[in-house]
Order: sequence, then C-alpha cells, then structure tokens
Amino acid sequence: METVAKYEGDLNLKATELRLGLPGVEDFEKQKTPIVRNNKRALVETGDDCGSNNNSDISDARDRDLETAPAAKKQVVGWPPVRSYRKNSFQSKKTEVETSGMYVKVSMDGAPYLRKIDLKIYKGYPELLKALMAMFKFTIGQYSESEGYNGSEYVPTYEDKDGDWMLVGDVPWEMFISSCKRLRIMKGSEAKGLALGL
Amino acid sequence: MSEEQHASSSSSSFPEEVLDNILHFLPTRHHRNSFSLVCKTWYRADTLTRHELFIGNCYSITPQRAIQRFGNIKSLVLKGKPRFADFNLIPVNWGAHFKPWSTCMTSAYPWLEKISLKRMLVTDSDLLLVSNELLGFKELVLDFCEGFGTTGLAAIATNCRQLRVLDLIENAVLEDASLEQLVARSPSLKKLRLNQHVPIEQLWRLMVRAPQLTDLGTGCFVSADPMVQVDVQRDLPLAFAACKSLVSLSGFSVIVPEYLCTIYPVCANLISLNFSYTTINTEQLKSFIRHCHKLQKLWVLDIIGDEGLQAVGANCKDLRELRVFPLDVREDAEALVSEEGLLAISEGCRKLQSILYFCQRMTNAAVVAMSRNCLELKVFRLCILGRHLPDHLTGEPMDDGFGAIVMNCKKLTRLAVSGLLTDKAFSYIGKYGKSLRTLSVAFAGDSDRGLRYVLEECPKLEKLEIRDSPFGDAALISGLHHYYNMRFVWMSSCKLSREGCKEVARRMPQLVLEVIVDPLVEDTGEAVEKLYMYRSLGGRRSDAPKFVSIL
Repeated sequence: METVAKYEGDLNLKATELRLGLPGVEDFEKQKTPIVRNNKRALVETGDDCGSNNNSDISDARDRDLETAPAAKKQVVGWPPVRSYRKNSFQSKKTEVETSGMYVKVSMDGAPYLRKIDLKIYKGYPELLKALMAMFKFTIGQYSESEGYNGSEYVPTYEDKDGDWMLVGDVPWEMFISSCKRLRIMKGSEAKGLALGL
Repeated sequence: MSEEQHASSSSSSFPEEVLDNILHFLPTRHHRNSFSLVCKTWYRADTLTRHELFIGNCYSITPQRAIQRFGNIKSLVLKGKPRFADFNLIPVNWGAHFKPWSTCMTSAYPWLEKISLKRMLVTDSDLLLVSNELLGFKELVLDFCEGFGTTGLAAIATNCRQLRVLDLIENAVLEDASLEQLVARSPSLKKLRLNQHVPIEQLWRLMVRAPQLTDLGTGCFVSADPMVQVDVQRDLPLAFAACKSLVSLSGFSVIVPEYLCTIYPVCANLISLNFSYTTINTEQLKSFIRHCHKLQKLWVLDIIGDEGLQAVGANCKDLRELRVFPLDVREDAEALVSEEGLLAISEGCRKLQSILYFCQRMTNAAVVAMSRNCLELKVFRLCILGRHLPDHLTGEPMDDGFGAIVMNCKKLTRLAVSGLLTDKAFSYIGKYGKSLRTLSVAFAGDSDRGLRYVLEECPKLEKLEIRDSPFGDAALISGLHHYYNMRFVWMSSCKLSREGCKEVARRMPQLVLEVIVDPLVEDTGEAVEKLYMYRSLGGRRSDAPKFVSIL
C-alpha cells in the first residue's frame, strides 16, 4: 500500500534526518485526529514566518525583493498557494523516486522468466517470503541465524549495493529494503555455501 | 378557497398553482431571491417550494433562522472557512463546525437528500447522525473538510441504502470492507470519488460490481500485491470498457506507466480527467491525450511541460476547464511550463471557460493572447510562483496582461492575479471588471488607490481575498457602501489598524469583523495582521476561539 509521509512544516526536517530506512515508512498513521496534526504544522509555520508579520515592512520587503530578485527568497506562510494535501503528496513521492530498493527483479533458478516486485509494500520478511513462495510456487524452511534456510529446496538471496550476494533475513528489514538491488531464489544445493558463511 | 388564495387574488392576480409553476422554471437561487422580494405572497411561495438551501458562509445566519425561513429543503450546500485557510493562514479550531447544522437540519428536514459541505469541521458523530436520521439520503460531498474518519464514513456506507454520490475530495480514507459493501448495496451509486489508497485489484472488483459508475476516483493505480488475482493488463481494460457510462476519472495517485494503457478504452468517452496527482511525463501524456477528444475538464501537473500542453491544445478542442498544478512547490523551482504552454492552450482550446495556471515565468503577451482567443473565459487564475515577478521578457509589470483579461473577457466572474502589479492593474480591474464576483490578490499594488479602484468600481464583487498588499484603513473605509452586498472580505498582512477596523464595525452593524491573531504572539499592538469580515444576520458568533477577537 502506498504510504504518505506527513512532514511537519515546510522545513521538511524528517528528510534531512540520518536513518537507514526509507523515509516515510513509519509515518503512515490513519487520520483519526487530523486536528492535532494540523495544529502542530500551523505552530511550526507561524514560528518560521518572519516575512509577513510586520505590516510596515511590506513595502520595504518588496523593494528588497526587487533588488535581490535572483537570490532565494525566504519562505512565507501559505505561499505558493498550494494546499498542504497536495504539497505532502509530492514531497513523499519525490523521496520515493530518489531512494533505491523499490521495484526489484526476482529471478528463480530454473524459471524461464523474471518477475518484478515492489519491496515497499511489505511490512517485513514473513510477508515478503510468503509472496515469493506464492509467486514461484516453492517452499522454504525455517530461517535461523546460524544455519540460514537449512533443509529448504530453495533459498532466497539478494544482491546488495556492494554487489555481494546475501542471504535474505540476516539484516534488519529497513536495512534490507534500502540496500537490496535484486532477488534471486537459489537452489538449496547451491546455497549451502552462503549459509555456511563462505 | 383557502386563505392564501383569497390574499393572493387581492394582492396579485396569480393563484398559488401558477406561482408554483413559475417558480419551478427559475433556474438559480439568485432568481428565486429576486422573486421572493416582490410581495409577501411570492415570498411565501418561495419559502414553501425552495428545495436547495445554499449558505455560502455558515456564520452569515444561524441554523434556527434558516429552518424558519424554508420548510421543505431537500439539498443543503454549506461553506465554512475562507479559502485562505487552505494555505495555513488560519489557525486550526477557528470554527465552521457542522454540528449545530447537523442537529438542526436532520430534525427539521427529515427528507433531506443531499449534503454538500466545503471547508467545514465534520465529526464522525455528525455523519452517524446523518446516516441514522435521513432515510432517503442520496448524496454526500465533502470538499476540503476535516475532523472525521473511517467510522463516520462507514456509517454512511452502511446505513444509506439509497446513496448515489459519495464524493470525498482530498479527504479521508474509507476502509476496504465498507467500500465494497457500499458498492454492493448501492445499485444507484453513480459517483464514487475517493482518491486514495484503492489498489488496483480492489478497483477492479469495485468496477465489476458497479458498471453504472459515471464518476470514478481511483487512488493508487498500482498493484498492492504481486500475487494478484486479477491479470491487470487483461482484466482491467475489460472492466473499464464495461463501465460504459464512465465519463469522469480522477485520482491515480501512484501510477505505473505500463498500466496507463488499461484506461484507453474509456478515453474516447471521458469528459473529465484529474491527473493532478499523477507524475506521468510528457511522452506518456501525449500518447494518452490523443484519445481524449471529448475532454472538457483536465487537471494536470506541470511536469507535462509546455510540450504536453501543446498536445492538449491540439487534441482537446472541447476543453472548458484546465488546471495546471506545480509538482515542485517552490518559488525558485525549475520552470516546467511557461507562457508558451499558455499560448498553446489559448490557441487550441477556444471554448475555455476556466483556467488555473501555476508557472515560474510569464509574459504579458501570452496573457493578452489568451484574452483575445478565449472569449468564453469566466475564471482566470494565474499564479506566477515567484512573488513580484515581472514579465520575464520585457521586465514590465504584469498590469497590461491582466488588464487585457478584464477588458476582453466580458463573461469574467473570477480573477486571481500574481506577479509584479502596480495600482494600474487595479484601475483596469475597476474599469472593466463589471461582472467580477471573486477577486484574489497577493503581493500586489502600490497604495490604497489600488484597493479603492476595486471597491468603488466593481459592483458585482462578492468575495475579496487579499494578502501582503499595501492597502490600509482608508482603502477599507472606501468600501462601506458595498460590504452588505458581499459575502466576505479577507485581508492579511496588509496595512490595517485596529482603529480603522473598529470604525468600519461601528458604521456597519450587520458586518462581523474578526481580527485573527497569531496564538503564539502575545501583544500585536495596533496593527491588524488578519481581518476576516462578513455580513451576518446571526451577529457575533458564540463559538469563536480565543485568538479571534470580534470587533
């Protein structure tokens, strides 16, 4: 499901936070109390608003603006006149496009063609694995840290940002979806090497 | 003969039945308003037969007074907050509660069929009340409202068996289960606009159940689940083709371009298309728009570029309304559309009646060209994103462009201006804007003279919203003769003082002047940062929050 990130105020503080997960993943909340949410936003923005509070500065500000027209203008509340709903829809969309790990190819040893899935729609490994099993009609055994998917006919692996082939499930989910470039369902016999940590 | 008929035969020669018949033909509430002023009998006839109650400002009258006046209302249109609330200029909890209206209306008008609310605060309990009390309820439109959630909507979906229209414009989400329930139980459902979180599989299921849909707002246009039970490429076009009545599509908040072609079967019939949440590019739009010859209303993002707009101009000869929204909402963002796109539209779409155009740069020449090509224009809203930007080719203010619009477009009723504008622009508006009803001004004008031109010379002006413009008390006073004819005036970050506003309040007893202060600022002194002024028969409202002081 699509998630919509709600950013607080125009400063977009969340986007500059350092984190491993994709932006907006944990921000999805049902709009049960939109009033509270909007309250925060209004306060933050009026706090930031230094451009339009002082009436006598209007013509001064305008002259200044004309002189410094090429320079970036300080932000003003409510300008440009685009509704928050619309602004927020695209703030989240832009960061979605910029991050990697959204649609990834999935190949399975022995299958004639590849599939593509959107990693963002899964909440965690169990869901992803269930979907893969349904898609390719195979089964895998239980995952364990020490032994991987020992005993399975097939083993899910992925290629990460560094180009290495990793076992699906070793790293936290957030880290996985931001670093996964493609998936490969390997035959169990071939995967023995991975599980043993070679 | 009844009492009324005795009375009518003495004061006018029309018996009641004839009056009722005449009334039936009056197209708008404005005509009815005039009709009701003729004499008591005609007033009474209107009172008994008016079915739609339109209240443009929920604080202009109390619900109790409204139900006294009209006894037989089937449709209610109610508007709350002023439009600038959309841009965070009004603190939350300012007001516009639907509750006093919902309790009053549901008991006074049990046969109420339609409720259309704009910028109101609506709670779940309000919706629950509506769903329980109004047995024949047919249409719910919630436009930019807030305060409710899935509980209220589920009540509507469950209890209102006769629902024909559910239009939630940019509002909350309806849970999956209720949505399908709603569609399954509502064979009369014609308009379903949710615009959010409806994945493709569910969309398909909904369409298959409701082939009578004329208006559909889709939401996500991607598959939520790779193990889809529906083959999107094959089944969705079939489902779309089965909706033979589909004329309006909107939503598509997340779209995978490959799925675009599934909509092709309906393109030829489409009258209204809202792609303004869709980040499709120029090429995708061009291949799509080729099929849409009947299109009358189009909302898009500026990423389609001037080239995309040229394609629109070339293909959509019947276009009446166009809105081009900015993807990147910043003043100094990359210019994706410009005067070239506007020119292409003006040359291709001669029947254009309404335009909202966001851009980074513009020229007077292109605006003048539009004023000459699109003589049917009723609404012209141009938003040059950078404040005080002149014509980017000549360096001149944008006065002449907007002047040409008011001069040549004789049907113009709504105007929004932007860019660098002097008092001259306002003199044009005053001189030529004789049909103007709504005017939106931001960062414009040189002096009080500007506002005076408008207030003194635009006789039809009803709604005026101004921000960050150098208009002061003298200008405000110049409009006293006209304010009772207006729905509201909004002025923020102008040069108003408390004393000036108090003067207006003193002289106009049926005008309510709300001074809205920033809840965080303790002492604002004499300067009035935000003024919201409106005529009212209800007097000072009782639900005003602390940050609103009514003069």
